[in-house]
Amino acid sequence: MREFGYQRAHDVTGALALLAADPDARFLGGGTNLVDLMKSGVERPARLVDVRDLPLDRVEPTADGGLRIGATVTNSDLAAHPEVRRRYPALAQAVLAGASGQLRNMATVGGNLLQRTRCGYFTDVSKPCNKRVPGSGCPAVTGEHHNHAVLGASGHCVAVHPSDMGVALTAFDAVVSYASADGPGETPLTDFYLPVGDTPHRETALPPGALITHVSLPAAPVAARSRYRKVRERASYAFAIGSVAAALTVEDGLVREARLALGAVASRPWRARAAEAVLAGAPADGATFAAAADAELAAARPLPDNGYKVTLMRNLVVSVLTELAGRDAR
Amino acid sequence: MAPATSSTSSAITLNINGEKHHLPIDHRTTLLDALRERLDLTGTKKGCDQGQCGACTVLVDRRRVVSCLSLAVAAEGREITTIEGVAEGDELHPVQQAFLDLDGYQCGYCTPGQICSAIAVIEEHAAGWPSAVTDDPGPEAGPPPLTPDEIRERMSGNLCRCGAYVSIVRAVARAAESHAEHRAEAAKGTAA
Repeated sequence: MREFGYQRAHDVTGALALLAADPDARFLGGGTNLVDLMKSGVERPARLVDVRDLPLDRVEPTADGGLRIGATVTNSDLAAHPEVRRRYPALAQAVLAGASGQLRNMATVGGNLLQRTRCGYFTDVSKPCNKRVPGSGCPAVTGEHHNHAVLGASGHCVAVHPSDMGVALTAFDAVVSYASADGPGETPLTDFYLPVGDTPHRETALPPGALITHVSLPAAPVAARSRYRKVRERASYAFAIGSVAAALTVEDGLVREARLALGAVASRPWRARAAEAVLAGAPADGATFAAAADAELAAARPLPDNGYKVTLMRNLVVSVLTELAGRDAR
Repeated sequence: MAPATSSTSSAITLNINGEKHHLPIDHRTTLLDALRERLDLTGTKKGCDQGQCGACTVLVDRRRVVSCLSLAVAAEGREITTIEGVAEGDELHPVQQAFLDLDGYQCGYCTPGQICSAIAVIEEHAAGWPSAVTDDPGPEAGPPPLTPDEIRERMSGNLCRCGAYVSIVRAVARAAESHAEHRAEAAKGTAA
């Protein structure tokens, strides 16, 4: 591991100044991803600016009925928060489906959104990877890719974003707020991750040197009836091979409102707007749910070894929506 | 003499099991390596060193974390508890006793991490935290019964290559029961 300086920031302005002082500096949150990547040589910061003591560790109800989540709130505290569990149960479920109890105690909301892909070629510095070394190639396209993207990928990178939390936040229209040398800014989470194209090393719309300060959720009564379901290769403590965050309200047998986002299928949490368009106002039955899934997955471009994901996601979407519709009918 | 420091090392104080330890430390040092290699607290074990096995679990500010992905310098100012600090003098922690009574281990290498993790699991459950297998995560539902499924899910960050899971789950359940009885007793004592 490269030697590095370490400083602890106590306020946002100070954190930005410490980071700006060194072009090779990185913010350190829980460290569950960054420290691991430093050990493997993928990340080689010259300085770490520890932001864990910043006063951004609260989940606050907003006047409009939403929530404002501080960037240093831990995954554990987010999932345990009564208003998260009451207003956005799928968010609590998504967080609890990720990592382990130990890691959730360390990991932060801001860090979760900025975590890197777990693609085996990205994390192995002896291999080419366009995300790590632009222009070096993507061995995953012809190599090991059974858990890689089926939506929105390019020939330059087929890695998936590993977050569970981000899938639920995407379904509920989260907005990322940040502080930067040029002042504060915000970006909807659906625009936060950049299209892969031929620049997979450019991952987010966050300006250089900026610090995520909050993630805000607008009021969404539909989210009170929501569910996160995750499929993985073992029962617990593994990354998703596919996941769904969904919310649904049904009135007189028709879908009144639906939210749907898919995980582990793309370089970003995938908001399923084509599916939502099919669902809106349609009969809340299996045929509609299947048509909605098919509408979203029509754009899927599976690789030789991950075609199963298209079937998996179709079944998962239908199953979760059916469960939510049944719950609504009771 | 001033402690030797540079931009890539610091003189830090770690509060471990109620004792303060002063040491100069290279920033690259994980909390796990500081405990084992610098402070001779070898109860905490190194397994994968990648945050995947849980053998290095310790409590920081009463919460379980993996010490292999924690930087020692970032742990300054926190209250660190390792397996060496969970007993009250000669009296074992109820979780330690339960692991002994119910054979919650085979080779023992993962055991310190299992025990530190289980201590926190019982606290988290008592605080009402849901888990991924909790049917209703809503706050009104209250803490779910600590069933074997709940224990397995909550302990999934601790691997045991001997496969002593059956006994580990029983030991955690036993310790949780005695913890609940203790709390009930204490509540009764307060009421009287």
